[in-house]
Amino acid sequence: MTDNHATDPVIHNPVGPAQAAGKPRPPRNQWLDVWDQFRTHKGALAGAAFFIFIVLAVSIGPWLWTVDPTFIDIRARNQGPSLTHPFGTDQLGRDLLARMIKGGQTSVSVGLMAMALSVFLGTAVGVLAGYFRKLDGPLMRFTDLFLALPLLPLLLVILLLFRDVLRAAFGPEAGIFILVVGVIGITSWMQTARIVRGDVLAIKEREFVLAARSIGTPNRRMITRHILPNVLSPIMVSATLGIANAIITESALSFLGFGFPSDFPTWGRLLYDSTDYLQQFPERVMWPGLAISLTVLSVNYIGDGLRDALDPRIRGR
Amino acid sequence: MKLRTALWGAAAATALFPLSAHAAAHEGERGRDGEVKIIYWQAPSILNPYLSGGTKELEASSLVIEPLARYDTEGNLVPWLVDEVPTVENGGVSEDLTQITWKLKEGLKWSDGTPVTSEDVKFSWEYCTADGGGCAQSEKYGDVTSVETPDERTVVVTFGVPKPFPYGPFVGAQAPIIQKAQFQDCLGPKAPECTEANFNPVGTGPFKVTEFRPNDVITLEANENYRDPNKPAFATVTFKGGGDAAAAARSVLETGEYDYAWNLQLAPEVLTQMEAAGKGKNVSSFGTSVERIHINFTDPDPQWGERRSTADHPHPFLSDKNVRKALSMALDVQLLTEIGYGEFGRLTCNVLPAPEIYASTANDACKTQDIEGAKALLDEAGWTPGPDGIRQKDGVRLSILFQTSTNAVRQDYQALIKQWWNEIGVEVELRNIDASVFFGGDPGSPDTFQKFYADVEMYTNNFDGTDPEAYMASWTCDQAPRPETQWQGNNMMRYCSEEYDALVAEMAKTGELEERARLAKAMNDMLMQDYAILPLTHRGRNSAHANSLGGVQLNVWDSELWNIADWYRVKE
Repeated sequence: MTDNHATDPVIHNPVGPAQAAGKPRPPRNQWLDVWDQFRTHKGALAGAAFFIFIVLAVSIGPWLWTVDPTFIDIRARNQGPSLTHPFGTDQLGRDLLARMIKGGQTSVSVGLMAMALSVFLGTAVGVLAGYFRKLDGPLMRFTDLFLALPLLPLLLVILLLFRDVLRAAFGPEAGIFILVVGVIGITSWMQTARIVRGDVLAIKEREFVLAARSIGTPNRRMITRHILPNVLSPIMVSATLGIANAIITESALSFLGFGFPSDFPTWGRLLYDSTDYLQQFPERVMWPGLAISLTVLSVNYIGDGLRDALDPRIRGR
Repeated sequence: MKLRTALWGAAAATALFPLSAHAAAHEGERGRDGEVKIIYWQAPSILNPYLSGGTKELEASSLVIEPLARYDTEGNLVPWLVDEVPTVENGGVSEDLTQITWKLKEGLKWSDGTPVTSEDVKFSWEYCTADGGGCAQSEKYGDVTSVETPDERTVVVTFGVPKPFPYGPFVGAQAPIIQKAQFQDCLGPKAPECTEANFNPVGTGPFKVTEFRPNDVITLEANENYRDPNKPAFATVTFKGGGDAAAAARSVLETGEYDYAWNLQLAPEVLTQMEAAGKGKNVSSFGTSVERIHINFTDPDPQWGERRSTADHPHPFLSDKNVRKALSMALDVQLLTEIGYGEFGRLTCNVLPAPEIYASTANDACKTQDIEGAKALLDEAGWTPGPDGIRQKDGVRLSILFQTSTNAVRQDYQALIKQWWNEIGVEVELRNIDASVFFGGDPGSPDTFQKFYADVEMYTNNFDGTDPEAYMASWTCDQAPRPETQWQGNNMMRYCSEEYDALVAEMAKTGELEERARLAKAMNDMLMQDYAILPLTHRGRNSAHANSLGGVQLNVWDSELWNIADWYRVKE
């Protein structure tokens, strides 16, 4: 329905006299409309700014702050914030800022990749189930099956089964990365699938779909041209929530001592390592804790703002 | 007349001396000090040590049931329910070392008022060795062929083979005496069904159970039939189980809710900080626990399938002694110990660090780190740095997978060791595995410390009591875990040396203490000088008690609660 404005003939135009006479306004890019709406959501704007800051910090950070995150300087252990170590050092004298940057790289990229995977899976399953009636039953029962699986034990079993295979194929760190991303991706697509299916079911019955079908549009085109653009808004929202979810799941895995090797920092692992020192060095828990919660919060705000901005009924109000 | 008075005085002084030695002020009648609260962060599920291998059950039940003799804080045997410990010298042990005769104290009573007889002692042996029962302490009764009871107070234990160390049966918290009248219908397969007896055993100890809630809390009260009329000083005991080490430490050291907390495995600075609150203090004592690295002599490469990490395939580079030696030289055990355990750890270069007579001094070179020496040694042995800085020879790269259990201190150790090994040109990958899986011994899991699908692994082990024979016998060829043994066995390194096996066999036949010590040292030195085990830290056991609790003597050779009858409340 978004790109119908230009083509639909305007039969009754009650606001006609109020419009500028002569040439109509050139059609605006719909993404500009979205941006205009998004801009009015202060939380979303702040969230987006913070998320971009985090992404930049972890991607450009290592060039600006060149300390090796795994280097142990035992004489400088347990130090508070100073000029040489802005975030202080941990119990082995490793620089915490460098570890936060390195850990952020892992956590954020796990978040983005796992989100991409789960959104792709969820959308595919949701659209297929919603559009093809025959697939609906099996696919939705399949989704229910996944929803019923207890997540954490499943993750542990998968890690145990496939760790050695992937490690041999891709090396220890890349192997575990693929494993963690894959595991989080394939266990978090179900919500997206359900939401997308619901929306597809509703849209499928709308007049413009009937019209498209009556001129003989094939299924493939129907989905890519008419259905998908209209379910974009729930997909975008669940994508942002998916990032947050993936970051938290990865942190939980690392916090439990699974996932990446112990010398490979991630935010969850940093948090886990610091809990024993909560009383002596509370800042050590604060940095990774703040990073995780602020990133997740900012991403949630972005999702909230996007939902408003992508809904043409709300837009402009 | 005068002389007689003086003699009386001297006799009285002698009799009172041991008591007055530690604070005369806390003498008095039984139950005078009210309640003592003990917290164990692992909760006991049963009060019968014969049905559980767990330390928590062992220690909780030691409040109630007792052995004939036990170990003191120095690891010496002390008579407990007997008047003296039988030896060859006093005629209690036969010359051929196959028989030991115990004589019970006079007038011993169970907490229900009935007398303790030699039949009860004999029954304890029958209980643990009954057919169809899984007795957790059966190795204590190994080689016992018969237990005779010539009279009410005499027990004669006969072994099938000469036993140079005959103090297995009825000695230590693992092998206490249980009451025949209570357990006689609970033999063999029926043992676990006797819930009432297992939860509320009648004992000779200073306390008896009033209520037992499995995996939660035990309440006990003073045993009115205890052999010393003035003990115990406390009328009741609340024994709380569960939680974690940090919470237990806090409840004693910071909030003062509890009087005693057991086995606090926390970083030294955390404990010191808690102690600063002034409510209690940390106590530690050193037994035989050594944190060590085991080197895998066999190849854990997955390409060998079922036969990986077995003697069929020797390790590609760790079978080279120079590599093992270089790995050892690169370690700074002093720094590790200081960071990981502080005052609760000591330096050691032996896998058998105690008791004193067994501790070798031949390996002290391990105390100093020598990175340059390690590099030179590897250069000499032909391991030269490749293009990526990792040493290699004939296409074999020095790349190590290093596994251990998940524990903050162990992960710190791993990180430090990785850095040192990287410095000498060895690539290290770290892996940590949940402790319940790692130590779980499940033959279906690839991650157990027995399977050892890694190149090196790190953990702590020790042995009960003071005699190292069984412990040193862990590293013979046939003790290697492999598929044929369902992956059970204690020789994690798959170390195999005929010479070592011969020493083990010789020790089993040797009775004389000095000679046994020499053999044990020789075995220890052999393992150390072959760099099969790299010892890191001699670990102490540390517990905490409230400042107002007196009489605590931390015992690592027996139950920590071994002398609870002597505990008392310090008066302000």
